[in-house]
Amino acid sequence: MKLRARSLAVERRGKAILGPLDLELEAGTITAICGPNGAGKSTLLTMLAGLENPSGGAVALDDRPLAALHPRERARAIGYLPQDGDIAWDVSVRNVVALGRLPYRDATPQSIDAALAALDLLEFADRPVSSLSGGERARALLARVLAGEPRWILADEPLAALDLAHQLALLDVLRRQSRNGTGVVLVVHDLAVAMNHADRVVVLDKGRVAADGAPQSALSAEIIREVWGVETSWQGKEGAKALSY
Amino acid sequence: MTRLTAILLGLIALAVPLSLLAGRVWIDPANTPNAAVILMELRLPRAVLALVIGSGLGAAGAAMQGFLRNPLADPGLFGIAPGAALGAVLALFLASRGAGIDTAHVLPIFALAGGAGAMALLVLIAGRSGGIALFTLAGLMVASLAGALTSLVISMAPNAFAMGEIVSWLMGALTDRGWSDVWLAAPLTMVGIVLLRLAGPSLDAMMLGEAAGRSLGVRPALVQALLVLGTGLTVGSGVAVAGIIGFVGLMVPHLVRPFTDRRPSRLIAPSALAGGLMLLLADMVVRVLPLVTELRLGIALSLLGAPFFLALLLRMRRGLA
Repeated sequence: MKLRARSLAVERRGKAILGPLDLELEAGTITAICGPNGAGKSTLLTMLAGLENPSGGAVALDDRPLAALHPRERARAIGYLPQDGDIAWDVSVRNVVALGRLPYRDATPQSIDAALAALDLLEFADRPVSSLSGGERARALLARVLAGEPRWILADEPLAALDLAHQLALLDVLRRQSRNGTGVVLVVHDLAVAMNHADRVVVLDKGRVAADGAPQSALSAEIIREVWGVETSWQGKEGAKALSY
Repeated sequence: MTRLTAILLGLIALAVPLSLLAGRVWIDPANTPNAAVILMELRLPRAVLALVIGSGLGAAGAAMQGFLRNPLADPGLFGIAPGAALGAVLALFLASRGAGIDTAHVLPIFALAGGAGAMALLVLIAGRSGGIALFTLAGLMVASLAGALTSLVISMAPNAFAMGEIVSWLMGALTDRGWSDVWLAAPLTMVGIVLLRLAGPSLDAMMLGEAAGRSLGVRPALVQALLVLGTGLTVGSGVAVAGIIGFVGLMVPHLVRPFTDRRPSRLIAPSALAGGLMLLLADMVVRVLPLVTELRLGIALSLLGAPFFLALLLRMRRGLA
């Protein structure tokens, strides 16, 4: 199962903001997309999710172009979690999570309960979202994606605004999903999170892939210097590395 | 059927007989001469029309607030009501210029055409992107254009009498409406409400934002089309038979929302019922008020609506503070 970008390019007002780039993502792994502000990370994620049509090239899911899929079929395969966690109406947590079932036109309690349980939200199920803390809200929004049981989870900075414990809990859920064969793609700002939790890191710089590979090689001190212009070094042991600068 | 729906239906069942009896002259069915004629030919169609138009406005308001993700949205924002009003005013103008047209039949058709024109312009400008900001601006543009053209037509009226007739029509009323108005407005409104209801699940998904909505398979352009068509049919047919009646579309979803689970899809049907009920009651009140001339329904609801809107703004400001 592959999500593949071929000569993917995005232009806005005649200015190239992404690509052309080629990228092949594997299911069952966690891929982190890193890069400085304005590198095109969120744009790349939107394109991989098939939410907009690129100016050039295409994204294909198992060799079928996303643009050729019915929106509902695409929605069943690819779950997307946007960065802004806005919820316009003060509905219950259960109703937010139930939105994940929309591509199936069903609201089977089992899949919703399973998603609530996976994020430890069962006790919050009937609470209005306005009563949630930031961490609970982020979990509810991720549970919405899980309820659709997508084969791919694409999340734009899901850890922003979360404290350390909630970050680790969310990463744990995503890790479990990837072990079960789901492809997980995260836009991540915190390079230590990418280093310690991703199987693969794609570094974007000015719309191009600057590095791609295992975290140790894609986030080496040389590449960080080249792309971010900051002198750094990795400290600590495998799985718990910290960036010092 | 939810409990809310049942309660609203019950209230309507109580209000309809009351509205048949209420008026400048209260009817005592046993003693009033020609009571049957008055009830069947004057008051019943008026009551049915109030229910039909109110339900259209309520449903359109609920769907619109869901689509724009904004509790202050009103179907009037779409520019469809002003477009329909322009058509109606044009028909009155042509009649006053001696074009030999029978306004009773031609006016609704002109109004519907005006509403359709506004819808077409809206879709043309907003394009197929389905973007909400562009859509809102396009709606405001169409509304202000239609408003300006309406003023232009009024200013060209041949005499003060014609001008007065047009202005008074614009104020919105259900006075002297008959079954022919019901047969025109009811089917169009029902189809409109069904279209709005079809957009319900997509409106739910869009509460998470446009991008999340798309990722759940929502096609914003399709939702936009359903909303434009649904609002066009409900609001357009309402304007065609009763003139401009504002604020119902804004107020009703607000009053109903706390009694629902706040999902836009679950708000449309109860808002339709509550809108019908509100217009029925308001029309009853304007008939009963001891004024020299009957207070115009459109004016009455605006008088009610403006302070309501202000209270809402104040509450929201407190919420943000």
